[in-house]
Amino acid sequence: MTAGEPLIRWDWLASHAGEIGQRVGQHLELTVIAVTAGLVISFGLSLVALRIPRLYGPITWTTGILYTIPSLALFALLVPYTGLSLLTAEIGLVSYTLLILIRNIVAGVRGVPEEVRDAARGMGYTDRQILWRVELPLALAVIFAGIRVATITTIGLVTVTALIGEGGMGYFITLGIQLFFSTALIVGALGSVLLAMLADASLVLVQRALTPWTHAR
Amino acid sequence: MPRCHAGAMAARRGATVELREVTKRYGETVAVDRLSFTAPAGRICVLIGPSGCGKTTSLRMVNRLIEPTSGEILIDGHNVLQEDPTELRRRIGYAIQQVGLFPHRTIGQNVATVPELLGWPAARIRARVDELLSLIGFEPARMRDRYPAQLSGGERQRVGVARAMAAEPPVMLMDEPFAAVDPIVRERLQNEFLQLQRAQGITVIFVTHDIDEAIKLGDRIAIMRAGRLVQYAPPAELLAHPADDFVARFVGSDRGLKRLALLTVGGAELDPPVDPSRLGGAPVLSPAMTLRDALSQMLASEAQVGMVRDGDNYLGVLTLSHIGRLLRSEQPT
Repeated sequence: MTAGEPLIRWDWLASHAGEIGQRVGQHLELTVIAVTAGLVISFGLSLVALRIPRLYGPITWTTGILYTIPSLALFALLVPYTGLSLLTAEIGLVSYTLLILIRNIVAGVRGVPEEVRDAARGMGYTDRQILWRVELPLALAVIFAGIRVATITTIGLVTVTALIGEGGMGYFITLGIQLFFSTALIVGALGSVLLAMLADASLVLVQRALTPWTHAR
Repeated sequence: MPRCHAGAMAARRGATVELREVTKRYGETVAVDRLSFTAPAGRICVLIGPSGCGKTTSLRMVNRLIEPTSGEILIDGHNVLQEDPTELRRRIGYAIQQVGLFPHRTIGQNVATVPELLGWPAARIRARVDELLSLIGFEPARMRDRYPAQLSGGERQRVGVARAMAAEPPVMLMDEPFAAVDPIVRERLQNEFLQLQRAQGITVIFVTHDIDEAIKLGDRIAIMRAGRLVQYAPPAELLAHPADDFVARFVGSDRGLKRLALLTVGGAELDPPVDPSRLGGAPVLSPAMTLRDALSQMLASEAQVGMVRDGDNYLGVLTLSHIGRLLRSEQPT
């Protein structure tokens, strides 16, 4: 950063408003795709783990390993196979959501009180009805806690995908680093944080709307 | 006994439940051993015994939450083991100690559970829910849309019973449904339940570990020990003629007094009326009072006799020695 230059150049912000908006859109798109795909995969794996409890260990073990791979290394490893592409970015992003989502879905369903399950079965619910009408609705609060963590984590990780040509707000961070340009750096970092906070707040609102019984009085 | 009479009137809808040589084994352990009994239509049959005696296992075999190892269970002559378990359960009411209300569904939705599973039309479900909420002393408009978390323990128990009765089942299974509430609420719930059961004429199989509850609610009591049926009899007979020492100990050394609680002053032999002026301090008893309460009043006023009056009508005199004779006779009345 050149001496004498202001921390934020407002004129740059104004002249780049369109590009910033576009990158915000890309950031959200990468996040929504990752969390949605992650949720679908996690849901399937959770059902397997709930049906066959001895598979729960291996499933969390595998997704746990995925979770520990440094994101930079994971993207670098994938590039030879899937190139500098959206797919590469999403494979990485999705794999980081799995552990959190699976753990929360399984814990949420297992946390349903046994007497509720017993009453449901005793009144003639089928196993499928118990899952969809009793266990999953009651697990929603815990599942949503997982979705919130997964979403915040993903929004942070999306910035790293700038290195493979995606990145959303991460684009501005790399730009700022390359050019010693503080305005872009701040736009990228602050933008990512704001997105995470907004996304989290919206998820809280959605959860409250979906689980009216948790706050009835 | 007046209770049997009421049961007979209401017997139109209940089904007969018969267990034949029902056995449940877990590996080497025999949880229930060749259990046979018949619960008559429209009556309450109580299964009682120490923990681990197999009473809950027996109950849960009737709606196939547990599959018997061998034996037959018949409801109105049909073997439940040949039915689809899900269909079967929808025809049998089910209420448990922890209630198990669905926390995410309103009181109205909870009560509507089985009618909805059976595909009743919406209008009929709504009418039935409101009817049941009124029957358990709730104002439907005020309570229908609340969630279980907003109710007291006693209210939740009531909703649990209403939910079990919702689809007008011919048979209800109840596993200690009133055990989790305090004694005052429990007594009120028991009385309400008796009225409901008599009015709806449902056959009930009821598990408890509380002998007083068994005597109060049961038309028949099955005492179990280590998976076996030790005695199956109406409460009065159980108290008068315990089959063995185990049953005698289980019903308690005060079984004579318990038996008096099943008999009313009106049902006892009275001596002819005596001029009240010659009965200084004698308490006034009503025919509807239990002999146990009458005895308590006579002892409290240190009188040998009580005057039995039905309103203005002076029916006669009940003597302490007559109550004593009843206790000694050990004859079921």
